[in-house]
Amino acid sequence: MRTSKCLAAAAASLALLLSGCTGDAPDKDGKVTLQFQSLAWQAESVEVNKELVKEWNAAHPDVQVKYIQGSWDSVHDQLLTSFEGGEAPDIIHDASDDLADFAYGGYLADLSELIPARLKSDIPQNSWDTTTFDQGIYGVPFLQEPRVIMANAKWLKESGVRIPTPDKPWTWGEFRRITKELSGDGKYGVAWPLKEPVSATLNLSLSAGGQLFHREPDGKVDIRFEEGDGVVPGTIHDQVNTDHSASSTTLGMGGSDTLPGFFGGKYAMVPLGFSYRQQIVQQAPDGFEWQVLPAPAGADGLTQGVSPQTLSISQDTEHKKEAMEFIDFLLQPDNMVRLAKGDWMLPTGTEALKAPALHAEKDGWATGTALASHLTSAPAQSVRGYPEWKDKVATPALQEYYSGAIDAAELEKRIVKDGNLVLKRYQR
Amino acid sequence: MRTTKSARAAQYVALLAYLAFLAFPFLWLISTAFKPAKELGSLDPTWIPENPTLQNFRQAFDEQPLLQAGLNSLIVALSAALVAVVIATPMAYVMARHRNRLSKAATGWVVVSQAFPFVLIIIPLFLILKNLHLINALPGLIMVYVVWSLPFALWMLVGYVRAVPTELEEAAAVDGASKLRTFVSVVAPLLAPGIVATAMFAFITAWNEFFFALVLLKTPEKQTLPVILNRFIGTEGVADLGPLAAAAFLATIPSLVIFAIIQKRITGGMFAGAVKS
Repeated sequence: MRTSKCLAAAAASLALLLSGCTGDAPDKDGKVTLQFQSLAWQAESVEVNKELVKEWNAAHPDVQVKYIQGSWDSVHDQLLTSFEGGEAPDIIHDASDDLADFAYGGYLADLSELIPARLKSDIPQNSWDTTTFDQGIYGVPFLQEPRVIMANAKWLKESGVRIPTPDKPWTWGEFRRITKELSGDGKYGVAWPLKEPVSATLNLSLSAGGQLFHREPDGKVDIRFEEGDGVVPGTIHDQVNTDHSASSTTLGMGGSDTLPGFFGGKYAMVPLGFSYRQQIVQQAPDGFEWQVLPAPAGADGLTQGVSPQTLSISQDTEHKKEAMEFIDFLLQPDNMVRLAKGDWMLPTGTEALKAPALHAEKDGWATGTALASHLTSAPAQSVRGYPEWKDKVATPALQEYYSGAIDAAELEKRIVKDGNLVLKRYQR
Repeated sequence: MRTTKSARAAQYVALLAYLAFLAFPFLWLISTAFKPAKELGSLDPTWIPENPTLQNFRQAFDEQPLLQAGLNSLIVALSAALVAVVIATPMAYVMARHRNRLSKAATGWVVVSQAFPFVLIIIPLFLILKNLHLINALPGLIMVYVVWSLPFALWMLVGYVRAVPTELEEAAAVDGASKLRTFVSVVAPLLAPGIVATAMFAFITAWNEFFFALVLLKTPEKQTLPVILNRFIGTEGVADLGPLAAAAFLATIPSLVIFAIIQKRITGGMFAGAVKS
């Protein structure tokens, strides 16, 4: 008896200890409160997002927005659990390549009728295509980054090679020849950080006309390896294994891991996302001269696939109209520029892209902005089963091909034959 | 059979090498935490920062609510460890001392439950906690951690209970002690090392856990350290390395301190010589 009393007292004490930690009470004053889950992570970007929420809240006392900090890591599982549990945030920051399952699964609201005309016309159709699934629009694409070449400016200048511009880029063949020219004595013309080889390969392959995923008239998707699909993988493979103009050790690295070698004069160039400039500015040794070059062009010019960052609205929210009003505010041209600068990325909005700050030569802004019109939806991202194809088929196949373990015929066989078997299960 | 001097020296060298292997990540973390951004991008990294700085710590504290997150982690981890031990100890006693079909089935279930991946249980768990109004609440997360660490804690403690000689309990019974009195006054004190080890396991599991905390806690004032640390990592795994290392270094200190305080308790041989065999 005494023991059970003790246990009850212990339980009560624990409950008291934790009583200050329970969840939020619902609004009782009739005010609409929207939850905005942002994935902004760089200090400048978080600051801009919070400032914008503050500005909105000051101007809209009846529609208050609560800023929730999310994380890019595990965002898909976190959102899926929140959707299933009916506790998803009202406004969701994510990336377009993560939206397909949520859109098809009915978790996201179709924004087609909600998007204001200003916003619809401000963002080019190329970008809207990245968030359009089955005729519905499930996210507003607002920030994007092309893959560019970060180059050691002094090294390139001294070598006398032609410096490419967005108007006159290198071809893939020219790029291969130049990297060979720059290599030797333990130094490499290029370092490809291909820890995640699939998106980089597919997105760059669009420049050579490589589509890989072909949607048939019946809506089903077929993987076909055509001439254009082999240009980018072939170039990388030959740079690593034939010319030895690309370091084989960086194939398993992430982008940040290659920077010390880039700063140390081991690699003349590193293909990276546009936002890596922030790390270069922060970490480059004093006096290090670097510049941003466009990725090489192929039969389709500078076309490149991108997966823009997006803002979506939960299907479950009762305040879709208010949520879209907030998104519209967040993506006013001036605000979009602030967000883009905070993340060192490009805005999708055409008005925002006109901002003088985004045309400065400093830190390569002008080169990136000149590439904006060439950015398009990667055909793979709307394909159901793409994540499984990527993880189980394409990633190991490309890694083995780039390291020289398999040849082009085997790569093609695995990407196409094994890949179509995976897609088949999703398209029954 | 005596160990020769050369064999002893080789043992020490091997031990030192193992120690260096274990310490390497932590020492590198400390080194990184005190390096300015430009040294982090150096092709020839040094162990000792050339221009040591506290800037990473300042930035980490400026950008994220580390103190609040640390307090949340401490509440969650200590509570989870306490509750897990309170539940697991008598359960382990019953499972070790009363070997019947039920205890065998329970042992089997404990083993099977270890095989469930996070993603399989997170959605049902989320729905249960939602019905209990325990989403975005530390008690909800504590419950999850207790449930998550209980099977292994139980497994550990059963082994410790089995090592306690039954003769001691029989002696207590001869002296007129009830089952409960025997458990509380005789068995439990002898289990101290096991209880401490189990508590450590539950504490560290809860202290380091990321995914449940990410999914179940929404607002920054409720979030725990692993979730906050993750905010220094962006798309494609790009990390703000300096502040991340500084914050991660600070996050390891409490578990190191707790481990240092209670490690004396984790000593074997407490009941050596208790009975004649």
